[in-house]
Amino acid sequence: MYRIVEKKTLSESVKLMKIHAPLIASKAQPGQFIILRIDEKGERIPLTIADYDKREGTVTIIFLEVGKTTKQLGGLKEGDSLLNFVGPLGVPSEIKKYGNVICIGGGVGIAPLYPIVKALKKEGNYVITILGAKTEKLLILEKEIGEYSDELYITTDDGSKGHKGFVTDILKELLEKRNKEINMVMAIGPIIMMKKTSDLTRGYNIKTLVSLNPIMIDGTGMCGGCRVVVDNEVKFACVDGPEFDGHKVDYENLMLRNRRFIHEEEEACRLKGVTP
Amino acid sequence: MSVSKTKHKMPEQDPKERIKNFKEVPYGYSPEVAVEEAKRCLQCKDKPCMRGCPVEIDIPGFIKLIRQGEFEKAYELIKEKNNLPAISGRVCPYENQCEGECTLKKIGEPVGIGRLERFVADHHRNKDKKTKPKTMEHDKGRVAIVGSGPAGLTCAGDLARMGYNVTVFEALHEPGGVLMYGIPEFRLPKEIVRSEVEYIRNLGVDIKCDVVVGKTITVDELLNEYDAVFIGTGAGLPNWLDIPGENLDGVYSANEFLTRVNLMKAYNFPDYDTPIKIGEIVATFGAGNVAMDCARTALRLGAKKSYIIYRRTEAEMPARAEEIHHAKEEGVIFKLLANPVRFIGDDQGHIKEVEYIKMKLGEPDESGRRRPVPIPGSEERIRIDTALIAIGQSPNPLIPKTVKGLKTGKHGNIITDEDGRTSIPGLFAGGDIATGAATVILAMGAGKRAARAIDAYIKSKKLKK
Repeated sequence: MYRIVEKKTLSESVKLMKIHAPLIASKAQPGQFIILRIDEKGERIPLTIADYDKREGTVTIIFLEVGKTTKQLGGLKEGDSLLNFVGPLGVPSEIKKYGNVICIGGGVGIAPLYPIVKALKKEGNYVITILGAKTEKLLILEKEIGEYSDELYITTDDGSKGHKGFVTDILKELLEKRNKEINMVMAIGPIIMMKKTSDLTRGYNIKTLVSLNPIMIDGTGMCGGCRVVVDNEVKFACVDGPEFDGHKVDYENLMLRNRRFIHEEEEACRLKGVTP
Repeated sequence: MSVSKTKHKMPEQDPKERIKNFKEVPYGYSPEVAVEEAKRCLQCKDKPCMRGCPVEIDIPGFIKLIRQGEFEKAYELIKEKNNLPAISGRVCPYENQCEGECTLKKIGEPVGIGRLERFVADHHRNKDKKTKPKTMEHDKGRVAIVGSGPAGLTCAGDLARMGYNVTVFEALHEPGGVLMYGIPEFRLPKEIVRSEVEYIRNLGVDIKCDVVVGKTITVDELLNEYDAVFIGTGAGLPNWLDIPGENLDGVYSANEFLTRVNLMKAYNFPDYDTPIKIGEIVATFGAGNVAMDCARTALRLGAKKSYIIYRRTEAEMPARAEEIHHAKEEGVIFKLLANPVRFIGDDQGHIKEVEYIKMKLGEPDESGRRRPVPIPGSEERIRIDTALIAIGQSPNPLIPKTVKGLKTGKHGNIITDEDGRTSIPGLFAGGDIATGAATVILAMGAGKRAARAIDAYIKSKKLKK
């Protein structure tokens, strides 16, 4: 059993939990993820690691309550336990001195971006961060990420904070003015955001990494449920990823495969009395 | 005394009924029938059946005890060699193992050794009072086992009984490996796997779930901490057809499909959270045991039609005759000499058709089976809602990739000698990770041989100190 030692509500539907998992905390690196299962009847869901504390032995997860399991998870309290918590899975981000990097986080994708921003900054990079959310209330970790960012831009779809529009608006501007000085772009968020980011950087031939979140089960490369097409080759996001070259990902296929169980998800929510 | 030429039959659930549930198909022998079947054994002096047993069970010995009505003693005798008799008594391909060597084959059917093993194990499990294994010291050394499938559990059980302190690491949330995620409930009830795992635990083995070796903890760390390490991580990497449309919604690897249904209990969705959807027409590609499991599972999930599509003929099918027979009884439709060419999706990206080309058998290939060759212009299409790819698995690369200096073969398998020694001292491996996808009993045999090699290794290491 894995105890929830701390729980915070970051916004109405975004929750943060620190989970007691010393073995995982001792090995966790930026870019990796965990798989959890709440109880005996639960499904296994992957969540990217938002932070970890090797001394405390905790792993932080941040999640948007979007389906049956995340809603149930959001209803748990400090002191409650998760039945299963396994990781750290996936290949860690390649943290090194690139020079000038742009880190883009959209929605709850800001959470896994946090340890990457922190690590890139500590490695001596000049970090330009763009964070996007639907509305100010849903914007998370602004202060924490701001601490490790040399420049920080905020966008909201409704203009309630920062630029009204999308992260790619800011990215486009930055690239137009300063494309020669940018060495790497990292983007984590909705698939469409990662796709548009990659479309923009492709024109300038800037290395772009994206973190993919397909449906997973085991997380050890056994089932192939998380297969994604990268550079016309089938890759398993759980063991080959989750980060891939953004210019080579088949986003259409990813979107399609992520919709595989949309009706079942709605049915589960309805039957369990949670609103989808 | 004349010996009956045929085995006593095991009663089975009626095919029409059983495709509506996930309960086990055969019921097993009654004590009376078991004794009668045991009487068929000729008690050959040279024990040919034992030559066919990878885990070295004293087969004539336990059959003799059944004949005498000493079922518990028969159980104890089997357990001396086989830690998991209720499992091997169900999924072992006896026809190629012990029963393949039985003298009675000269006049008819062999003794139902597998059925008798199953009977003895079930008889013991169903008793009210279970004898717990004797508690013993585990002070001869510490061994880490990676993977809790048939190879790992066997190796762990044998080492514990030799007096070693054994820890098993399992990546999934429940021990059992392929016994849990792969083989369906109707062929191997999970309650039976759990009870065999419980036995291994009672021997003093510590099983830690949720630990992905190579990620949560590395093999190098294990080698530092333990006297020896055994890797039995199986063939958990699905093979693909590599044809267009394989990433459409509705195309699953056999592993994903079976894991959803068996381990995650998707057949109980939405009571259990993990979903599966299969539509009305399901096609399984491949014709091994896993393919039969897929096609039969699809029927139980409510498929109106369940196809096996295979490029050769029934004679070349790798599945056990018993599995093919069960599949046919249940109404699985066999489309043979048909090779899939591509999957076609609808405008939502969901699979709607498979196109295949008809084949004919040509000259024998390197496997000795006649090579299927396409008949030009013979393409056909059928409507399907789900495609299950069951054309084999390769060794899981997670560990081979994360251990420096470990020698691997061209299929990513760990190279070992006959007793499981790898290229790294103290590191052993066995089962599908070393051989590529094979059977439960061969994995158990490998676990057993490795346990002896580990014992010898630790003893010699301690002598040198």
